[in-house]
Amino acid sequence: MTALSIPRRGILRRRGRAAEGSRPPRQRGDSGRSFLITLIAVLILAAFLSPMLRSLAYSVKSLDQITQAHSPLYPADPVMFSFGGEDLPIMNVPMPDGSTRQLALLEPLRRQSTFVDPAAPDAAPIVWEGSWRTLEPVWQFAPHFENFAAVWDLIDYPRLLFNTVFIAVVSTIGTLVSCTLVAYGFARFRFPGRGLLFTLLIATIFLPAAVTIIPTYTVFQRIGWVGTWLPLLVPAFFANAYDVFLMRQYFMTIPTEMDEAAAIDGAGPFRTLISVLIPQAWPVIVAVAVFHLVYSWNDFFGPLLYTAGRPEIQTVALGLQRFNGIYYREPGYIQAGTLMTLVIPVIAFLLTQRFFTRGIVITGVDK
Amino acid sequence: MANPSVARPPRQPRFSGLGWRRARWGYVFIAPWLIGFAAFTAIPMIATLAFSFTNINLAQAQPLAFVGLKNYEKLINDQQVWDSLVITLKFAALALPIAVILPLLVALLLHSRHLYGSSAFRVLFFLPYVVPFVAAVFIWGGMLNPSTGWINLALQAVGVENPPAWLEDPSWVYPGLALIGVWGIGAGMIVYLAGLKGIPTDLYEAARIDGAGAWASLRHITIPMLTPVIFFTMVLSVVEVMQYFLVPLVLQDGTGEPGGSTMFYNLYLYKNFFTFQNMSYGATLAWLLFAITLAITLVLFGTARRWVYYAGEAR
Repeated sequence: MTALSIPRRGILRRRGRAAEGSRPPRQRGDSGRSFLITLIAVLILAAFLSPMLRSLAYSVKSLDQITQAHSPLYPADPVMFSFGGEDLPIMNVPMPDGSTRQLALLEPLRRQSTFVDPAAPDAAPIVWEGSWRTLEPVWQFAPHFENFAAVWDLIDYPRLLFNTVFIAVVSTIGTLVSCTLVAYGFARFRFPGRGLLFTLLIATIFLPAAVTIIPTYTVFQRIGWVGTWLPLLVPAFFANAYDVFLMRQYFMTIPTEMDEAAAIDGAGPFRTLISVLIPQAWPVIVAVAVFHLVYSWNDFFGPLLYTAGRPEIQTVALGLQRFNGIYYREPGYIQAGTLMTLVIPVIAFLLTQRFFTRGIVITGVDK
Repeated sequence: MANPSVARPPRQPRFSGLGWRRARWGYVFIAPWLIGFAAFTAIPMIATLAFSFTNINLAQAQPLAFVGLKNYEKLINDQQVWDSLVITLKFAALALPIAVILPLLVALLLHSRHLYGSSAFRVLFFLPYVVPFVAAVFIWGGMLNPSTGWINLALQAVGVENPPAWLEDPSWVYPGLALIGVWGIGAGMIVYLAGLKGIPTDLYEAARIDGAGAWASLRHITIPMLTPVIFFTMVLSVVEVMQYFLVPLVLQDGTGEPGGSTMFYNLYLYKNFFTFQNMSYGATLAWLLFAITLAITLVLFGTARRWVYYAGEAR
């Protein structure tokens, strides 16, 4: 983690340093305002991330709790009291004197019910007038982690995980190799049409996928690639605009003197790339690798088109959608599956967030 | 677009012997992209156009034939095309301002010198951006549940008696989908933040000396200096929103529910080519989508010279 966060040279670092300078120093007497603004930011952030918190809570709730109206927001079970060999639910019972007592429901009837006081079980049962259905049970915090275990088996998570990791790793290797070569070509060689080709490359970022996908799908279908991983893997080996742009921008910040020295020593263009540029460019290589891993992990449309109907070759994202189609009545399972889908890209991002955000800055600002 | 523009010596042949050898290496290195561009972009684009004049259909094996403008005739008479287009534009009118302005507002907040722990905030506001799209849809599907979603629970807690049914109500489904889109502000926010950090502080100092308050500084320095970033975000958001369909596809299984209100243009396109395997009609729809997106983008570029400020074009 620490090693990753010290890019030695190039824009990833230089930009960072310039950035520190433009934030005016905090002044004395500002702390009241700082407190207020930080508080506002915390509140907005809490609202922004609250869906995640709800998902987290649901993922450890029992189906019994979810189907009960007015159950708490946190995962909980009704508190039970063991009486005469039976488990009785404990209810919040409003007493005639205005107080509320927590009593175990012994005999639920429509007009009146009898309760046992858990504190004094041997005393005579308490008769309470009213419909017991209007009473609220007493809950206690109880996370049900077994949802995750259940989903793990139901969704065949190990298989989905293997598929997703395999596709992500192979397509990332393809992206790294092809984008490095192409970025090197654009950054270090002059050739007729370079400006035009580079503009064309950038223009593909703005091209709607719809206008190319139909013939591509048709061809993949005709050559028997639909229902295999090939359409998800092969195109990665032919570079993409975002990552080429990112790497090219980085290569351009590396001084050419060392290239020239290597050339004088008799190194060819390949040798120069491998022994001069790549060792200096690893921050951007990490950035592209993480970008692509997360992209591939999260990709939905590609696997949707090419792995439909073949659960055994699907990725986690597709598996989750299929799972939702079957178990939509079990929100606890769905949210547990959802968290199992997002945990790996989120961790990958948190570990490499410097590279990640700097990469977005370069592709976003320089264009 | 920053072009490398290496200073060329004038009146000298650009590619002499050694130059040509280097140039050849240039082509060798960009070859993977050139091949990929031909195979996955240029040829498919032309093929899409060609498909639209044929009857190509993977679902039934009818003899392939040139059908002239038949697909375009069908398109013009297809009420669903125009309904879907209206749906897409309606949603765009709601989602675009959010996609452009919300990340800017968050970036301004995070850039404030009064904020403690701004880098932690940056990471956490960015975080949902890396959440897989399907996961985000299911998380928000629960959040917007009319009876158990936290949004409606919160609305009820502050006294709203009949909170909207969100994704189940044709008139509330667009705000609901726009809310889901809020989780995508991460990249825009990071780019805006970088833009904010790139504004020279002496501009603010000069403004302060001239007696400008915070609002005047924002209006007359921050916003104009950020217009290139705003423009970039806007163009990308237009391209994205015109292709919007995956969220309703996952949420309503592509049925267009409630009441056909989520039959977005691209969803209709997807159903034609993927569900019905009608490649020729899908291709026709795709070209119309491309033409509309291109037209909007070109109009945006046309207006850019009036409001986008490039500080001396230099960087």
